[in-house]
Amino acid sequence: MEAGTLLEWRVKPGDAVRRGDIVALIDTDKAEVEVEIFADGIVEELLVAPGTKVPVGTILAKLRAPAGPPGPTPRGVGQPAPPPPLAAAPAKAAPPPPAPAGPRLHVSPLARRVAAELGVDLATVRGTGENGAITRADVERAGASAPRTGPAPAPAPAATAAGAAARAAERALAMRKTIAAAMARSKREIPHYYLATRIDLAPALRWIEAENLRRPVTERLLPAALFVKAVALALREVPELNGSFVAGAFVPSESVHVGVAISLRPAGLVAPALHHADRLPLGELMVALRDLVRRVRTGSLRSSELSDASVTVTNLGDQGVDTVFGVIHPPQVAIVGIGRMREEPWVEAGTVVARPTVTVTLAGDHRASDGHRGGLFLAALDRLLRSPGTL
Amino acid sequence: MTKDELRVLALRVLGGIAPEADLAALDPGADLRESLDLDSMDFLNFVVGLHEGTGVDVPESDYARLSTLEGCVAYLAEAGVAPTRPG
Repeated sequence: MEAGTLLEWRVKPGDAVRRGDIVALIDTDKAEVEVEIFADGIVEELLVAPGTKVPVGTILAKLRAPAGPPGPTPRGVGQPAPPPPLAAAPAKAAPPPPAPAGPRLHVSPLARRVAAELGVDLATVRGTGENGAITRADVERAGASAPRTGPAPAPAPAATAAGAAARAAERALAMRKTIAAAMARSKREIPHYYLATRIDLAPALRWIEAENLRRPVTERLLPAALFVKAVALALREVPELNGSFVAGAFVPSESVHVGVAISLRPAGLVAPALHHADRLPLGELMVALRDLVRRVRTGSLRSSELSDASVTVTNLGDQGVDTVFGVIHPPQVAIVGIGRMREEPWVEAGTVVARPTVTVTLAGDHRASDGHRGGLFLAALDRLLRSPGTL
Repeated sequence: MTKDELRVLALRVLGGIAPEADLAALDPGADLRESLDLDSMDFLNFVVGLHEGTGVDVPESDYARLSTLEGCVAYLAEAGVAPTRPG
């Protein structure tokens, strides 16, 4: 991502904010992203107006320290941060600027996008969601019943559907360019090595089945959660796979933030980070993973999730792929691929038995590690998945 | 909840998981995972959404009965969903 369009402020000057609060909404080629603030303080001044496209790193607002007077060194807020470059951001008509006074609108990102596509002025929509939030259905109802108001992007009366389709195509093209740029850079700069190992999944699957019998549906586990947790723990043993390669040197990451590759429908890919995956208990990790997938689908990712993964896991098993040959997402230095779970002949103590197995692969960056260490990582992963109760 | 209400609920939950899909055109007898390209995480989110809307905790062994829209409606109706939670 190189630039983003500020869609909306969620704060105003004088507001007290805490680290992690959502302060703004930004449109990128991949998704609308909620920008989190990285420090406590009081918003002093908003420097960028909604509708403005700005490069990554632009200071969006001034923040002063919680109690003191306006500080002499106001801090920049919310760099919308690294992942892949934003090519040709759809030059959307700016959404109607939020009313400076008066109650703020609660609008889901999806509803906002639909409103932009239909040219519906959100100020005129009655929200029926929680706390009066405007939902997609509200917007569609308004779009169907009311004449378009406000600065609609393209006020051609019959062009609504065509306009939306064109915008979707534009977004898809921008995302394809982004992925291409990151992957071309990866193939150009990163000397990949590839390793694969087949893992007996019987213990893990048996354990999940037994666990799920006693878990309510909201806490039920999928193998994906075990894979992510096992990868995170194995990375502690081989830390040179967890971090980034910047300015000619490998910088290990202190935390294990696992980027989870999630494919978009009909096409495209994002890999938002699941923070501190090594420290989350399995149940919590599963809930976080499910939430991440849900928010990818509805377009409400947070800025930190798109910027700070220290490794990526891609799980293509659902699509029936046996083996994944991953392409590392720069500046990361490794990607772990999970293939399809399938029953296969397995030899144990001289006997052939049928076992559910999976092929797990590692693509590593030779500038940061070599095959021996990568092999130790896969061995650790195997060992951890054989003892699922310890994850 | 009536079967119609259950159908509306199931479609609403699907709308949150596959907002890009044209659910009006969904064949009620078609496999949901295939026709909407849902992965296992999406499907679990679907089961959780049905649970939140109806209170029914579908065991994993019954997932197969939720594979189509009409299957979902029949299963939930059979589970005797009380009309207490408007979702």
